[in-house]
Amino acid sequence: MSDNKRTALYETHKRLKARLIPFGGWDMPVEYSGIAREHAAVRTAAGLFDVSHMGEFELRGPQALELIQSVTTNDASRLVDGQAQYSALTYPEGTVVDDLLVYRHSADHYMLVVNASNIDKDFEWIRSHNRFNAEIENISDRITLLSVQGPKSLEVLRSIIKLPLADIPYYHFRRGKVLEADAILSRTGYTGEDGFEIYFSTEFSESIWNAILDAGNSAGLLPAGLGARNTLRLEAKLLLYGNDMDQTTTMLEAGLGWIVKLDKGEFIGRDALAKEKQSGPKRKLVGFEMLGREIARDHYPACIDGIEVGHVTSGSPSITLKKNIGLAYLPVQHTGAGTKFQVSMRGRFCDAQVVPTPFYKRKGN
Amino acid sequence: MSPDELLYSKEHEWLRTGDGVIGITHHAQDELGEVVYVELPKVGDKFDSGDTFGTVESVKAVSELFMPVSGEVVAINEGLTDAPESVNQDPYGKGWMIRIKVRDTAETGQLMSAKAYDAYVAEKE
Repeated sequence: MSDNKRTALYETHKRLKARLIPFGGWDMPVEYSGIAREHAAVRTAAGLFDVSHMGEFELRGPQALELIQSVTTNDASRLVDGQAQYSALTYPEGTVVDDLLVYRHSADHYMLVVNASNIDKDFEWIRSHNRFNAEIENISDRITLLSVQGPKSLEVLRSIIKLPLADIPYYHFRRGKVLEADAILSRTGYTGEDGFEIYFSTEFSESIWNAILDAGNSAGLLPAGLGARNTLRLEAKLLLYGNDMDQTTTMLEAGLGWIVKLDKGEFIGRDALAKEKQSGPKRKLVGFEMLGREIARDHYPACIDGIEVGHVTSGSPSITLKKNIGLAYLPVQHTGAGTKFQVSMRGRFCDAQVVPTPFYKRKGN
Repeated sequence: MSPDELLYSKEHEWLRTGDGVIGITHHAQDELGEVVYVELPKVGDKFDSGDTFGTVESVKAVSELFMPVSGEVVAINEGLTDAPESVNQDPYGKGWMIRIKVRDTAETGQLMSAKAYDAYVAEKE
């Protein structure tokens, strides 16, 4: 038996014959019926993901907002109660500690949702910068997080949840009952589709998981694993910490300048990012397509005229677009759409081309 | 249960000794998931036992293909260009990879019978 952690739904996944793999210190379902099938279900109907490996911190206190403002790049003061925001923790150099969601329950009560592999690091980072006497609690082990994604997610959830779900705007949330559980219903996701993320106490895991599966059956909802989650998020150009950005890449290099609010006041990394914004980043994360049948994978060198100038951070077949796509860091002078470069794999140079992103955008958005 | 008439390598390739056809096992394709691209060698290429002769790309990963025995490629499965999913659907039939002229039949002695291979897979799980 591995030392990896398991979500409360581990046995449920096994019963569903999921293939389980180690991911970020967890044994997680990578696929149930096949990545391509699960991916297509999310694009055309709905998928149900167990992403309970994600971490949740609660921050409370009159100065909780000041703590959040001092460690994150986005402007959490713009949030209203019941609103969520994509943001990041940064080092003084402007590089990335983690990306995260900030949820505002009330002016003195927030929830941060962080990546599984970074829970301990992030918690320690925030705690060590807590000059604001905020109460910080890591509630990750008590929370199950289910993500229902896809154009039919609203229809599926409406049949079991007696809340006006349609009235929750994108990046907003409500608290309410799901079966007997007190839950947070958040209109967010990591797939490029409409969808909801539902946070609740682990004791209700199996009953809620099964209720959603049953309710979604006729709509074509499938249980979906981390494999499809990865191909979906890549098509939508949603970044993955550890692949597309980390402590070695700055927010601006990663294309995350849109969540860096230099005018919000002091925060860790602000000076470095302000300076970099002036001079412009030297390299940038770009989207690309392979021109042949080859598939670029993480860490493959990106080359121009046979010389390595960067590397691939994510790459996979795009199930929706039937092309092989990826993200790579390239020197800024080679990042224009249409720029040709080569990905080196197994001793060969395979042609690739920079393309505009996201690769996939849902209709009506 | 793997087909009895084939021999198996620890890297999950199969060899049909009668005509030198090579492919990957049901277990291997199941581990890979949906195969989307197969890169095969050219006819005439010569390899030693254990050499990489190609790659299989699935949605989630790339895997190398290893020669179960030494030999020269005399045919490749052109059908995999347009239908790589044959590797998943029919790994011992339409999903075959290459046909070789086996250099030294004595090398097949290193390979496993179907029964031994099934036990090998069961032990790994």
